[in-house]
Amino acid sequence: MSRHHYSGDALIEVLHTAQELYGFLSPGLLKSIARKLRLPPSRVLGVATFYHFFSLKPKGEHTFVVCLGTACYVAGAPNVLTALEHRSTKAGTTTADGKVSVDGARCIGSCGLAPAVIYNGRILARVTPESISKELDRIGVE
Amino acid sequence: MSVVTLEIDGKVCTGVSGETVFDVAWNNGVKIPRLCHIGGLPNIGACRLCLVEVEGQKKLLPACITPVQEGMVVRTWSEKLIAHRRLIVELLFAERNHVCSVCVVNRNCELQDLAVELGLDHIRLRYQFPKLVADTSHERFGLDHNRCVLCTRCVRVCDEVEGAHTWDVSRRGALSQIIADLGEPWGESDTCTSCGKCVQVCPTGALFEKGKAVSEMRKDRGFLKYIVTAREKGQWIR
Ligand code: SF4
Ligand code: SF4
Ligand code: FES
Ligand code: FES
Repeated sequence: MSRHHYSGDALIEVLHTAQELYGFLSPGLLKSIARKLRLPPSRVLGVATFYHFFSLKPKGEHTFVVCLGTACYVAGAPNVLTALEHRSTKAGTTTADGKVSVDGARCIGSCGLAPAVIYNGRILARVTPESISKELDRIGVE
Repeated sequence: MSVVTLEIDGKVCTGVSGETVFDVAWNNGVKIPRLCHIGGLPNIGACRLCLVEVEGQKKLLPACITPVQEGMVVRTWSEKLIAHRRLIVELLFAERNHVCSVCVVNRNCELQDLAVELGLDHIRLRYQFPKLVADTSHERFGLDHNRCVLCTRCVRVCDEVEGAHTWDVSRRGALSQIIADLGEPWGESDTCTSCGKCVQVCPTGALFEKGKAVSEMRKDRGFLKYIVTAREKGQWIR
């Protein structure tokens, strides 16, 4: 925050960095960001909930973001998502044991690799229900 | 500041440069419908109820954020405009649960007035029936999300006039919702000063005073003009 001179205009950058550092934006974190940037708490929460990128709940140990953009969608992303959800948890949630989080996203800019999935920040290309299932086996999901 | 002459609904009107079409029209007795606009607060042009036709312009323009120009020819009522306004109001009714018969502002509601003005007797759209709750944690006031039209008057009055900025809008699209501070119950907000301004500017029964029975609450809109005039001109006129 000091890098941005505690300016309120830097809210989005600060939220980005905070999420990178802590994994998610807890109420305490949001409160202290509001205080340090001298912004009303409701605006900070408003911005944090407006962008799908920000997460207010802790993420699982392994995160899967399935691209549901047009290219990925026609290339079979819905089947990948169904397979993934079937073995772990619904998109937008984390398994009870905190192991796996699943999310959907709009085009992530890798249409050439469709259907694409971001696994722990890395892109998996041309994913199929089978390959995603193997990935889950590998990390020890039942 | 120069005087501007324009035509509104066939009537020659004068205003001052910098004024909006909305204000000049109202000052000249032409009541353009509105929802998000309220005199004394910054305009956001969000609800689109004040759309008007301006000769020479292909697009419809929101009167509340369109500055007047010399020689403008404005139409505030036409079949097309009425159709648009109706649809907007229908969308608002369909989006949440507006059960007027049990509302504290029944018959004193700006949304209801719009429906009457536009001759709306039924909603052609499918009701969404979202499951929303009311926040009654505040000692004196309540917020019923079922009746909120997201005009953000409350957000703006609390920010600009009271200076507390308790409210803001969370999420987006159909999931948008008014929040107090970090989404906590209103009664636990440590920024709210309980001044009641938001309750008075709210066009519907979403923000209400507790202890009022159905149809019993009247909102006081005069206070805003009073405060704003006092602040800007140093004159206390009520
Ligand atoms: S009562 Fe006053 S301070 Fe509290 S939320 Fe409403 S406008 Fe803001
Ligand atoms: S609570 Fe009232 S004033 Fe606030 S956004 Fe909803 S309808 Fe508008
Ligand atoms: S649609 Fe998936 S990366 Fe573009
Ligand atoms: S009153 Fe002009 S857009 Fe809402």
